[in-house]
Amino acid sequence: MRFLIEPAKVAMLVFVAAILQVTIFSSVEILRGTPDVVLLTLMSVALLRGSIYGAGAGFAAGLLVDTANLATLGVTSLLLTIAGYWIGRYGETTGRDRAHAPFVSVAVATILVQFGALFLHYMLGDPVSARVALLDALPPKLALNLLLTLPVYALVRRVLALATEPKGATEVQLLG
Amino acid sequence: MPRNRDARLAVLGSPVPRSRPAGYSSRSATALRRRLVAGVLVFVSIVLITIYFREPPGGSLHGIQSGGAAVLRPFEVGAERVARPFRDAYGWFAGLVHAKSENARLRTQVDRLSQQVIQNYTAAQENADLKRQLHYVGLTSFPTGYDYVASAIIGRPPSEFQQQVDIAAGYVNGIRTNDPVVSADGLVGLVTEVAHDQAQVTLLTDPELKVSALDLTTKATGMVGHGQGRATLILDRVQKSQTINQGDWIVTSGWHSQGLTSLYPKGIPIGVVSGSSLSDLDLYWQVQLRPRVDFGSLQSVLVLVPKNRPR
Repeated sequence: MRFLIEPAKVAMLVFVAAILQVTIFSSVEILRGTPDVVLLTLMSVALLRGSIYGAGAGFAAGLLVDTANLATLGVTSLLLTIAGYWIGRYGETTGRDRAHAPFVSVAVATILVQFGALFLHYMLGDPVSARVALLDALPPKLALNLLLTLPVYALVRRVLALATEPKGATEVQLLG
Repeated sequence: MPRNRDARLAVLGSPVPRSRPAGYSSRSATALRRRLVAGVLVFVSIVLITIYFREPPGGSLHGIQSGGAAVLRPFEVGAERVARPFRDAYGWFAGLVHAKSENARLRTQVDRLSQQVIQNYTAAQENADLKRQLHYVGLTSFPTGYDYVASAIIGRPPSEFQQQVDIAAGYVNGIRTNDPVVSADGLVGLVTEVAHDQAQVTLLTDPELKVSALDLTTKATGMVGHGQGRATLILDRVQKSQTINQGDWIVTSGWHSQGLTSLYPKGIPIGVVSGSSLSDLDLYWQVQLRPRVDFGSLQSVLVLVPKNRPR
């Protein structure tokens, strides 16, 4: 059963983040921007647990958000799956053990997800405005996401560490 | 050779225990598995988008989404209820911060809109007034042999001792000194100064202005001039032998004698006889008139320009 605890915790985090996003944070407008706690949670999960968790969590979170918002099913899933996978790979490779990794991940993911959402909605024929999405909304959203990166990352890290006994280092890798 | 970009750091002896060092399951997963999972999820997402986009609103995916939304709804309501006090508090403080600038902005807007309303109201009144003047122009009572220049009043007498108004038409419009000025109600006065694009009109209530007039009913003649009270007129120089009745209309007589012509065309209404008196010692009737024109609320006038005058 132990192997189920980890996915359950990730699922719970993603579920709570999605519910909070669609009910609370999507309506909190600060300087014409809204924070994206789903992306922040996804970033934290992907950095802490890797690309497979990132991709899976992104897919599930996107599905939840689209379902709750009655939006086109799959759009947010596609974007967050790619974002989660990329952040996970970044965390597994160059970003590993680097203090700035969460901030870099959030900045890049926020920008790319925004561009991707704009592109997808445009392709689907939805009424979109590049000026509103990229010039008006993106800068404050980026700033808010960066502001919330540290608390969300710390919270997710804490939740994922719950009921997990620290074992110290379990691997030895050779330098050079 | 397998890529191992993680082998950069020896974690042995690290003072901080890693929270979940064994949790990097994906790290230990093969690249194939990792890519397969991501690829499948991306593919499923694209399939979902395609089906959802192509199916009608009552389609299966829409139904599943609707059911999912119904399942999520209680959670959303719960989160909303928990968050409401905090959101209200945030809204209250945010509203407080923005209230001052909002107040100033709204005040400016109210001022601007008030000015606009006043301008619209004034324009509507002016429009109605000019329409009335134009209606008068079309009547048979409009003096023959005259053209008209309609103009708004742009200046009013600064004190009660002055009985002149300024109009927004002048020399360029063909107006000259001594042109008679009328409105739809009757005689207003006379042009006494003309500039390039504006002129001064001396009102009938000015003590200096006299107009030869006659009683429309009895044909008694006299001179209309300024009365004792403000905006009152009298008819002077009416012979005792002539008859004047209360309520009679007084109009301009428009005389013509030995090559000289009255400044005012014949038949323009001036006022109504409101009272008359006669004593044994008087040579003439004392006749009070109630003017037809309300000189205090004039908005526009018509300047009568002789047709035969070269411009």
